[in-house]
Amino acid sequence: MTALAHGFGDPVTDAQQVFHAAMNALARPGRPQPLTSGLEPPRPMTPELAAIALALADHEAPIWLDPALAAASGAADFLRFHTGAAVVADPGRAAFALIADPGMPLPVEQFALGTAEFPDRSTTLVIAVEDLSDTNGWVLRGPGIADRQSLLAAPWPHALADIVRLNSAVFPRGLDVLLAAPGRIVGLPRSTRFVEEI
Amino acid sequence: MYVAVKGGEAAIDNAHRLLAHERRGDPSVPELSVTQVSEQLGLLVDRVMTEGSLYDRALAALALKQARGDLIEAVFLVRAFRTTLPRFGYSQPVDTARMEIRRRISATYKDLPGGQVLGPTFDYTHRLLDFMLEANGEPPQPPAEADAGAAEGDMPRVTDLLDAEGLIEPSSASDCDTVGDLTREPLTFPADRDLRLQALARGDEGFILALGYSTQRGYGRTHPFVSEVRVGEVAVELVPEEIGFAVPLGRLTVTECQMVNQFKGSAATPPQFTRGYGLVFGQSERKAMAMSLVDRSLRARELGEDAVAPAQDEEFVLSHADNLQATGFVEHLKLPHYVDFQAELDLVRRMRAEHEANHPYPLSEAAE
Amino acid sequence: MAPSQSASPPPELPRDPMVARRQAVMALCADGTLDDLEAVMDALAYEGAVEDLRRPETGLVMVRGRMGGDGNPFNFGEATVTRAAVRLQSGETGFAYQLGRDVKKARLAAILDALVQNPRYGREVERAMDPLRTRLAGERSTRERRTAATRVNFFTMVRGEDQ
Repeated sequence: MTALAHGFGDPVTDAQQVFHAAMNALARPGRPQPLTSGLEPPRPMTPELAAIALALADHEAPIWLDPALAAASGAADFLRFHTGAAVVADPGRAAFALIADPGMPLPVEQFALGTAEFPDRSTTLVIAVEDLSDTNGWVLRGPGIADRQSLLAAPWPHALADIVRLNSAVFPRGLDVLLAAPGRIVGLPRSTRFVEEI
Repeated sequence: MYVAVKGGEAAIDNAHRLLAHERRGDPSVPELSVTQVSEQLGLLVDRVMTEGSLYDRALAALALKQARGDLIEAVFLVRAFRTTLPRFGYSQPVDTARMEIRRRISATYKDLPGGQVLGPTFDYTHRLLDFMLEANGEPPQPPAEADAGAAEGDMPRVTDLLDAEGLIEPSSASDCDTVGDLTREPLTFPADRDLRLQALARGDEGFILALGYSTQRGYGRTHPFVSEVRVGEVAVELVPEEIGFAVPLGRLTVTECQMVNQFKGSAATPPQFTRGYGLVFGQSERKAMAMSLVDRSLRARELGEDAVAPAQDEEFVLSHADNLQATGFVEHLKLPHYVDFQAELDLVRRMRAEHEANHPYPLSEAAE
Repeated sequence: MAPSQSASPPPELPRDPMVARRQAVMALCADGTLDDLEAVMDALAYEGAVEDLRRPETGLVMVRGRMGGDGNPFNFGEATVTRAAVRLQSGETGFAYQLGRDVKKARLAAILDALVQNPRYGREVERAMDPLRTRLAGERSTRERRTAATRVNFFTMVRGEDQ
């Protein structure tokens, strides 16, 4: 740990702002929420992935890293130091999964999907993308969406189709997703449906 | 209907000012310092730490000063403070076999390895009030000293002696299990022994003591013997994720009680001794002993005994052991219930009217 | 959140002599007072820059015991713990986690943990802690001697009935 990158400058306020953005993102599925991150984590972890991890993970919320992050030097040390969370190889133990490479398939069925009694004991996937917008995209419906919400992510995460299929099959168990682009995040809770029209 | 009633701010402010004044007492008497509390009322501080479930002597002493010595109010302050702090993790289990012993006694073996070490105890005092303490007398004599010898640091558990003969149930140590934490998940029933012990450790000493006593008086007898009580300092270690090895955090004073209980056996198990366990912060011997009695009683279901007595009813015991929850629910009765009570008044008046209509004679006679 | 309160022991570490040295310094820092650690720092006269990786902060550790002393673990209450993390100019990272709420003391302990890893200062840190080590050992010995004086010596009374 020779050149450990810094954490939040103002831990309380910064974490609260990220929490606020994540909360609004999950309450208003598909609608981009501003998220500013002053972090400079080890690449290929994006500043937004790091901000969400530092705000939400702790010693009781282990983190799983996708192969791109697991192979990166310093990423796991950065997270261990700033969150106290364990970095786990078993996706089923993870409270959060950080995915830096949206182009790769994910072992979606191996993540924690919650139980019938405690559906919240599931893995929340945080996927980095390059851009997010709410014009011209997939049409979303579901709780938190007044009528319909449009969402476009670039690149479109490879695993999202599997996640949506899984969520509709095992609801109320399932996986919640946060998409994180530079400066903004979008929430896709398991209750959100994708409508087949553009 | 819910009616918000405002008012009373000035009265509340003034009540708090009056409270601060009363707390200070006669200003011609020197003010009590927090260090005086922690040094000279040490067992009270231990009790606040145990029932507040937070080991921090200075905080517990401050809470006692602020609460004017009201134990449960001090527990309230400590519990409220802990909610403002982040949790860094779970310690490695403390090893009481490696305790720096300050007291260690056994009621089951006279000549046990390491011996009977009385330490600073009220036992064998005559319970005569010492008016020298009132008179601000001489400092006490310095304690006697003796060669600690090689026996120090070699204090095997008494239960290990029984274990060697196979006369006591083995203690199961399967580290792969998860450990319940009732500060994280609300208690549900049936509760496993880890959660029961956590609830008993922070439970009200008076309540746990009364339950332990009830088992001795016949409400679920367990035939207990104090295998061992030990008091002393144990080292605590934490393995932080970012460090990756066990970091010594320092030492805590704890009291441990091992109770052994006669057990007739069941279809699956031969007759043998069973265990009850108590572990608390500070020197809190009565609490540790009562805890070990109740721990054993609550194992009734696991050991195939009929659960008929209050101390064997885990829902009854665990739901009522926490003095902060108890005081919250009892004391909330003094908060305004004006609207509720108006509804009750209306109801009673209506029922009386109906009663009068159905039984006109006695009431109208009284009215005449 | 996935449940994660595993009670599994820490992974077996390779016997790294530096780990044992750091643990020994950490234990002394935890048992010593702020004055003790300030005296150690004065003796070392370290003047390099120290960067705070994490501002010292106070939090909680849930303390675990074992059922029957050697059985399955359970949580028996929390303790206040203060932690700090620093990095020296020369690159060593130092940590402190210790009981109590003394943020100054935790920061000094983190600096000492970093210094003991430094080739130039490592042995000096251990030497500078000798007075603290001696004082703590003396206090412990006094406590043990006082406790030993309360050990019961049983006398066996022999009555003459078997004559």
